[in-house]
Amino acid sequence: MAAVQDGQLNLEVEKDIKTEITNDGSGNINANSSSPGSTSSGGKSKSPAGSGEDQQTLLAVLQFLKRNKLTESVDILRREAGLSADADDSPVSESAGAGSGGVPSVGADGGDANSLLSRVSIATPVAPPATAPPKVVAASGGEDQPDVNVVLSAYSQQGDPVLYPLYYNGLKKFIESVLDCHRAELSQVFYPLFVHMYLELVYNNHENEAKQFFEKFSGDQECYYEEDLRILSSMSKKEHMKGNETMLDFRTSKFVLRISRDSYQVSCLGKPEMSRSLWQLTITYRMLSYQLLKRHLQERQNNQIWNIIQEHLYIDIFDGMPRSKSQIDAMSGSLAGEGKRDANKAKVFYGLLKEPEIEVPLDDEDEEAENEEGKPKKKKPKKDSMGSKSKKQDPNAPQQTRIPLPELKDSDKLDKIMNMKEATKKIRLGPDNLPSICFYSFLNAYQGLTAVDFTDDSSLIAGGFADSTVRVWSVTPKKLRRVKSAADLSNIDKESDDVLERIMDEKTASESKILYGHSGPVYGISFSPDRNYLLSSSEDGTVRLWSLQTFTCLVGYKGHNYPVWDTQFSPYGYYFISGGHDRVARLWATDHYQPLRMFAGHLADITCTLFHPNSNYVATGSADRTIRLWDVLTGNCVRILTGHKGPIHSLAFSPNGKFMASGATDGRVLLWDVGHGLMVGELKGHTDTIYALKFSRDGEILASGSMDNTVKLWDTLKAFDDVELDDFTAATGHIHLPENSQELLLGTYMTKSTPVIHLHFTRRNLLLAAGAYNP
Amino acid sequence: MAEERRPKQCTVVLPTESMKAMAESIGVGQLQEESCAALSEEVSYRIKEIAQDALKFMHHGKRCKLTTSDIDHALKLKNVEPLYGFQSQEFIPFRFASGGGRELHFYEEKEVDLSDIINTPLPRVPLDVSLKAHWLSIEGVQPAIPENPPPAPKEQQKTESTEPLKAVKPGQEEEGSIQKGQGATSAEAKGKKDGLMRMKPRSTHELSVEQQLYYKEITEACVGSCEAKRAEALQSIATDPGLYQMLPRFSTFISEGVRVNVVQNNLALLIYLMRMVKALMDNPTLYLEKYLHELIPAVVTCIVSKQLCLRPDVDNHWALRDFAARLMAQSCKTFSTTTNNIQSRITKTFTKSWLDDKTQWTTRYGCIAGLSELGPDVIKTLILPRLTVEGARIKAVSDGPVVSNIDKIGADHVQSLLLKHCASVIAKARPLPDNVEQYRADYGYLGPMLCSHVVKARAQAALQAQQVNRTTLTITQPRPTLTVSQSGIGGSGGSRTASIIKVPSSLTLMSTRPGTPTQLSPPATKYIVMATSSGSSSTQQVITRTSSSLTSATSTPQPLVKLESGGSGGLGGSRPLQKYIVVSLPSSSSLESKSGVLPPSSSASPILLEARIKVDCSDSPSASTQSPH
Repeated sequence: MAAVQDGQLNLEVEKDIKTEITNDGSGNINANSSSPGSTSSGGKSKSPAGSGEDQQTLLAVLQFLKRNKLTESVDILRREAGLSADADDSPVSESAGAGSGGVPSVGADGGDANSLLSRVSIATPVAPPATAPPKVVAASGGEDQPDVNVVLSAYSQQGDPVLYPLYYNGLKKFIESVLDCHRAELSQVFYPLFVHMYLELVYNNHENEAKQFFEKFSGDQECYYEEDLRILSSMSKKEHMKGNETMLDFRTSKFVLRISRDSYQVSCLGKPEMSRSLWQLTITYRMLSYQLLKRHLQERQNNQIWNIIQEHLYIDIFDGMPRSKSQIDAMSGSLAGEGKRDANKAKVFYGLLKEPEIEVPLDDEDEEAENEEGKPKKKKPKKDSMGSKSKKQDPNAPQQTRIPLPELKDSDKLDKIMNMKEATKKIRLGPDNLPSICFYSFLNAYQGLTAVDFTDDSSLIAGGFADSTVRVWSVTPKKLRRVKSAADLSNIDKESDDVLERIMDEKTASESKILYGHSGPVYGISFSPDRNYLLSSSEDGTVRLWSLQTFTCLVGYKGHNYPVWDTQFSPYGYYFISGGHDRVARLWATDHYQPLRMFAGHLADITCTLFHPNSNYVATGSADRTIRLWDVLTGNCVRILTGHKGPIHSLAFSPNGKFMASGATDGRVLLWDVGHGLMVGELKGHTDTIYALKFSRDGEILASGSMDNTVKLWDTLKAFDDVELDDFTAATGHIHLPENSQELLLGTYMTKSTPVIHLHFTRRNLLLAAGAYNP
Repeated sequence: MAEERRPKQCTVVLPTESMKAMAESIGVGQLQEESCAALSEEVSYRIKEIAQDALKFMHHGKRCKLTTSDIDHALKLKNVEPLYGFQSQEFIPFRFASGGGRELHFYEEKEVDLSDIINTPLPRVPLDVSLKAHWLSIEGVQPAIPENPPPAPKEQQKTESTEPLKAVKPGQEEEGSIQKGQGATSAEAKGKKDGLMRMKPRSTHELSVEQQLYYKEITEACVGSCEAKRAEALQSIATDPGLYQMLPRFSTFISEGVRVNVVQNNLALLIYLMRMVKALMDNPTLYLEKYLHELIPAVVTCIVSKQLCLRPDVDNHWALRDFAARLMAQSCKTFSTTTNNIQSRITKTFTKSWLDDKTQWTTRYGCIAGLSELGPDVIKTLILPRLTVEGARIKAVSDGPVVSNIDKIGADHVQSLLLKHCASVIAKARPLPDNVEQYRADYGYLGPMLCSHVVKARAQAALQAQQVNRTTLTITQPRPTLTVSQSGIGGSGGSRTASIIKVPSSLTLMSTRPGTPTQLSPPATKYIVMATSSGSSSTQQVITRTSSSLTSATSTPQPLVKLESGGSGGLGGSRPLQKYIVVSLPSSSSLESKSGVLPPSSSASPILLEARIKVDCSDSPSASTQSPH
């Protein structure tokens, strides 16, 4: 716990210092220079609280010590104050950098925000040590990007470029020489170190050294970082670093590592008054992973690496046995390391909401005159296999009114009744009873099909296309009809029994309708649960709400300025979520033109979004290879799930809300326990991006559809059973995954050169799949 | 893994020469080496950046092919004006030109007459998107319908036959293990691998009711009397993907059918069966290797059997022999490997029976036909040396007393067959002149006839060569009208078949070989060049722009400039016929004022609608074309 508090404190401190120094520094400061400061400090807004002044004095002392090369005392002081190194690093590194001459001077800048040129070309090393960080520029520049210059300045030169490979090699040798049990853990340091050392070299214009460094060591990195390495490798000049989003991610967010430490030491850390001697004693007694690394670096006076570790890495120290290589590999791969363990500690109410009590007429009563009784009567409990289940309140479920949900309309209730009736005819699936798969091929789509959705009752299919159109098909004999025009509607007898039939315009009946309105490829599409609306998100940055009664666009939700990759209705309607290239997921209500919540925190595009079945949470998958779960009520991020090695393109919640499955470009499906925030399974088998995932209605089978033209069925019941969750694994999150993908795979069904981009289980557990045929 | 690739990644940059070429194309003559290097790095980086963004769009478009629209969207993301006019339906190959010690790759874009475009009838509207449902799986089993891929892909069939223990069957063949009785018989039929028999799991080939019905229908149609039905059935055999399960039945059907009908001398049925063999061989989804032991004897029987019909003097069984010989040659070509040695075994069989003096003329004919279908090499080594002997034998039959009419007919056919096949080989192998006496000396009785045939063959070859020559000649000077009219035909015909699309590309491919003429022919050449900044003369400015490009993405240097050059290399001062068609330009005002290349009116909004449609050179420069001076 201590570590986290540190982290938050640091952020605040950093912010305070920056604003303060800015005000001292140059003559023409923008008045609102503090606001970008808050944006820069990591996306999440935290209310500044605590004693800033104390921190500042402390920092001043720290700086003094550092200037006098009393590194050891710096460390101790820092530790005892409960500060981690990064708090004081930005100003310190600034001063250090000024000495060696790599920092662009701010004084010469004269606050000229736009002339980045001068920043590059002028490299006068005469900046006084305590002048303002280049923040000013960004502030007056008024960009929406987190101030690039602050970010970059952290890379000011700190060492001889020639020595970098030596440093790295030294560390490599050291780590290779340590005990086996520590090696895997310590090896995690390689990748972030490599990245930051490379960026430092590039930033300081040591282009050739950077290239050599990259060539020499890039081969050592884990293969799942290949994508990022490719982006890194293209960055060979300082100018390139500006505006490169990946670079910003590396810099603004700390790479999180988890390294083990003995519990004894944790108790030491807990007491800040712990004396120095005792501290050292501890070290000598216990050569543990983290301490090993630290000692090594301190012994060698290897400040270079140590600085990077302090500055750019967040080392999440845990108690217990070091993890094995496979355990580490399972969790790593994301853009910014693993999620902090504490990020997944918040309680998630993953249970389902209580179903409203609706009387279910039995099947055989259908034909009889009881039909009018089909109108739901509340408070008339009638025992039914489905009904009884929903009577009890799930202890894990959120409160019924935790978030306001729309009231059920009569039509919704009718639909629920239909749903329950269908559910009684549901086939029980299992390894011996596989579902039938009906495949809907889009013909003549010319590679243009970008999104598909089915209604819950499987009566309609919608397709989003690259030519900006949205098309809706009826897959039942019932044709799609438009409501009559207003003039015609006024002529209708409103009292008649079949008024709902009469308002429809028979002339417009057709099997499919085309919705025009977007001006870019439609990447996300979602039906409302009541089948009255359709959402579509597009490259043009808008989300549109369409009426399926009139087949017209009702609202265009503008908020994302960049392509919106996905949108999804809440299972209860009314709310919907959208996420896109701007890395922010937005929660909307259909009757508000502005978002209700903005979920910021992802480090790259949000590629897919999904509501939890109880509508209280939202899951987002991102190109930063993490999945985050957000609380709709508070807007907090309650889960960060790492482990994928590629952008995540599909998500699915199990019907009971307890588990989640995710599929990514790496062709793997990962299974997660939402309550514990743990990875509980890995399904290997696909060879290409997984675009579709769906649990069967009872959650026994998971279907996955992929670019490799296959639908695969997995035995999830077995997958979840196989995982034993004791307290220890639950607490640490270090799960040992069984290698049983082959046993869990129940079937593979090849399509004929048709990538599978959507899957849907009907209420009777028939699997529907959809994709465009690419001859 | 990617280790081998990575070192390349960080070094790949555009060559500085291309920077120079691009600079020259927009009128900057002397670009210093350092600025070229700086530019090329910058441009390479930006291109990579855009490509990485474009990949995102590809992924979200659920495609595995990057399209031009992905690039456009990536540019839009960076606030750069997208490129216009690059939606060519057909493949535009790179062309290559060299001269003055420099080499240049470029797109050749032909001038298109607007009226041509206007007057060509509109292409057929593409079919609208439609939805079609089918069963991918029924309770875990994938039905074998045309909508689904063939149940067992060829590779799997192969692994099953070659490595039966390793063969992993996916879900749809799980029912295969239920019935075993039938599998035993079919497994026993495989005489080849007797030794391994016990280790192999029995592969079963039980058929569903539908498949049994299908099998019955197909076989009946194939040997039935209705020709239309037969054609349909054969078509089905040749194309249907799901026949794998029925393959053992088909092969047994054929081999048994041949056995019976040879005895009964039923020529028609034999022909039908051979057509079935052909259809099976044509089916790309079938792995026939397993059943060659049944098919090859059947085919060989049809080639060399003594008697194939009831009335050998009247019926044309020769055609069947020819057809079967062709089938044999085809299967030799496709199935012969170093382990099964089909070709050499077949060759030996044919040669042996041919060499036998007692062999009937019919068999003799079959042997020769079978051998000569195997290719010119076989003819050269095996048939040509025996021409004299064979000639003497034919002479004996034709000149000698008439023993039987059948022998005479047989000898005639053998003679014409030999002449047909040998003439072309001799024509290639034998040097001129064609002397009749010489031929007689070399080939005996057949010599004079061979000589005349060879002369004919040579004449024909010369004619063909000439034709080939002429086509290449036409191609070396590609006229714009050629492609236009062709694409017009393609469009009006509405059939976007691959062949039509291929034509232009292959034409141009050939035309690149001569190389130089394109440079000399004035108006046809055009360069598409990516340039960083247009017309900035000093390096300092270039760097300025590149480094400042971060803030305002509009000035990011990715304008695309198209240059249509009149002269070949002379980019210095006098370029009367040069035109710039600016696709996208930065709207930085500083640049504009300094370079003075661009009229102010056009700098604000980049222009050009259709890059492929150009106004003629002689026209006065319109808004979209700007003269550099």
